[in-house]
Amino acid sequence: MTLLENKSAEIPAPREITTKPRISDKIFRGVVTAGGLSSLLILGFILIFLAYQGFDVLKSQGFGFITGSAWNVVTDESGNIDYSQTQFGIAAMLVGTIICATIAVLIAVPISVLTALYLSFYAPATVRKFMVAVIDLMAAFPSVLFGIWGFLVLMPSVEYWAKLLHKYLGFLPFFDMQVPVFTRSPFVAGVVLAIMIIPIVTSVSREIFGQTPLDRIQAAYALGATRWSMIKAVVIPYGRSGVVGGAMLGLGRAMGETVAVYTVLNIVYQINWQVLLGAGGNVASMILLKFGEAGDGEIKALMAAGLVLFLLTLLVNSIADLIVKSSGAKGR
Amino acid sequence: MSTVIAPPKPGKPWKATPKQRLTILGIYLSAALVSYGLVAVTPLKGKLAYFVVFFCASIVIDFILSYTQRGMASAKDAVARGLVTVGMTLAVLPIFSILFEVIKRGYKGLNLGLFTNDMSVTSVNDPIGNGGLLHAITGTVIMVAIALIVAMPIGILTAIYLTEIRGKFAAPIKFLVQAMSGVPSIVAGLFILSSYVYPITGSLSGFAGSLALMILMIPTIARTSEEVLLLIPNDLREAGVALGGTQWRTVALIVIPAAKSGLVTALILGIARVAGETAPLVLLTGGGEAVNLNPFDGPMGSLPIYIWKCFGQGTEESITRAWSGILVLLVIVLALFIAARFLSERKVAK
Repeated sequence: MTLLENKSAEIPAPREITTKPRISDKIFRGVVTAGGLSSLLILGFILIFLAYQGFDVLKSQGFGFITGSAWNVVTDESGNIDYSQTQFGIAAMLVGTIICATIAVLIAVPISVLTALYLSFYAPATVRKFMVAVIDLMAAFPSVLFGIWGFLVLMPSVEYWAKLLHKYLGFLPFFDMQVPVFTRSPFVAGVVLAIMIIPIVTSVSREIFGQTPLDRIQAAYALGATRWSMIKAVVIPYGRSGVVGGAMLGLGRAMGETVAVYTVLNIVYQINWQVLLGAGGNVASMILLKFGEAGDGEIKALMAAGLVLFLLTLLVNSIADLIVKSSGAKGR
Repeated sequence: MSTVIAPPKPGKPWKATPKQRLTILGIYLSAALVSYGLVAVTPLKGKLAYFVVFFCASIVIDFILSYTQRGMASAKDAVARGLVTVGMTLAVLPIFSILFEVIKRGYKGLNLGLFTNDMSVTSVNDPIGNGGLLHAITGTVIMVAIALIVAMPIGILTAIYLTEIRGKFAAPIKFLVQAMSGVPSIVAGLFILSSYVYPITGSLSGFAGSLALMILMIPTIARTSEEVLLLIPNDLREAGVALGGTQWRTVALIVIPAAKSGLVTALILGIARVAGETAPLVLLTGGGEAVNLNPFDGPMGSLPIYIWKCFGQGTEESITRAWSGILVLLVIVLALFIAARFLSERKVAK
């Protein structure tokens, strides 16, 4: 008996089991959450600082900043900006941005979708691996390279294409022009931008196509579909909205591109709908152009322009992101 | 007595037979003939005409051939096959043209002095042998290194938050990282200008440039790291917790080491993303011509700015300098990219 009693006395109290995180885990979670929230912080700060710097200009110009297209800086004797007479308006540049980006998307999306289809359903495995690497590499090319290559190598060819378009499709209002100047036009910039966004649109489309359910593909083949009728019946309905999202993503990139556009585009401060004419604009490259000679007040206007560009790309990217995310769940 | 029937040889019925290969070759040959003939007899001229006629002709010939042999469905399939091939060709044509031109025009300016001299005493018309891009390389390395030191913890912590903690902010943070990757580089430059340069230092410096690069780097690192961490099997995490590890120890001692090479890939891709970034550096660094090793004081050169400036000067020598600068930059980006590929082949270590 004594033995048993002794033993029972030695049984330790059961360990307290808890789901409460330890201190080390609390610190860990805190640090990681802080790191995770830093992207929110950075985006918030971008918004706040650009708005703060551009506030004077936005206040004095109001909506005219977006709808006007005059950029006249009037200073008083002490060099300060006279806001009652100065005009800052970026409408011409906004229109130019949208024109260039739209041309880029119109050219890049068909090519990218065809490439993605080829890579997903036609290419042999070795070719696919190599081509995917090549296209990913293209995404890492610096934009200054695209700019210089576009200016020195691509532009002569594109000018020739522009002349053909003008000759045979000149009756369309946007291919029409009074003065035949084809150099450094929005069309050239659009082609360069198209080449720059092909990788991203291709990789998004390829990802979406890759998610097509295999059972549906095989079902289509089992019913005797050719490759094309399988793609038409299964892949395209399934991936359509994803491709739209990828195109929007490309649009966002094309809108924010600076150096390449600055290099190939002749920036002229007026709204120009004739895409083949050598005069256009782009908010980002306008900022770069004006920055060199800008005084204090004008830099504030550039900050405001940067804010508008930031909000525009943020909007486009967010919509693109939502579309890409919501795609894939449906389909026939 | 039973005869032994030899088992049939494993065949590859999906492979093209010699006859089919011959047909494909025939289609391309005849398309080439047609394009040559059309360019010769009609007013169509130039490389563009060759390409267009060649592709159209090969698609049409393929269409007719398939239609006569197997009917309409097959003919449509042939057209689709032709079109995707054209699309692929158009997508990769620029990249090969770029590589070709950069090597062709860039190698003329290559010499050893490029890596030992800077541009402080060289003018635009000096022969190629004078001057170099030492200041640009040191500047780029310093700025990218600083950007990496800041962006690495933030990017990887974001990825750990998204994959390990999965707190209530996970969805919005994922969205914000995506949004951040679309921030135009010039906006990042303007932001640093408005938040750091004007209120704090008042002068342009390399550090301001690296802050802007950091903003552009974080989303790339965060997204790639997230993908890598998602590849780590959940068994490893469960094993760590089952052994009594806290979450902190599980992540630090099991998940991160297992994902090490993948995380390095993420960092390399981050570097490749910003190494050629030009616009924010034009705004922020001042673009010096001499070697400057102090990121907090004085203008600092960088490879993209070197290329940009040389191109802008427009003389024959400086354009050649610009192309050699591009060649050097491209070799760096290529090397980084190949390193990343090589590492990501074995993303999950044993």
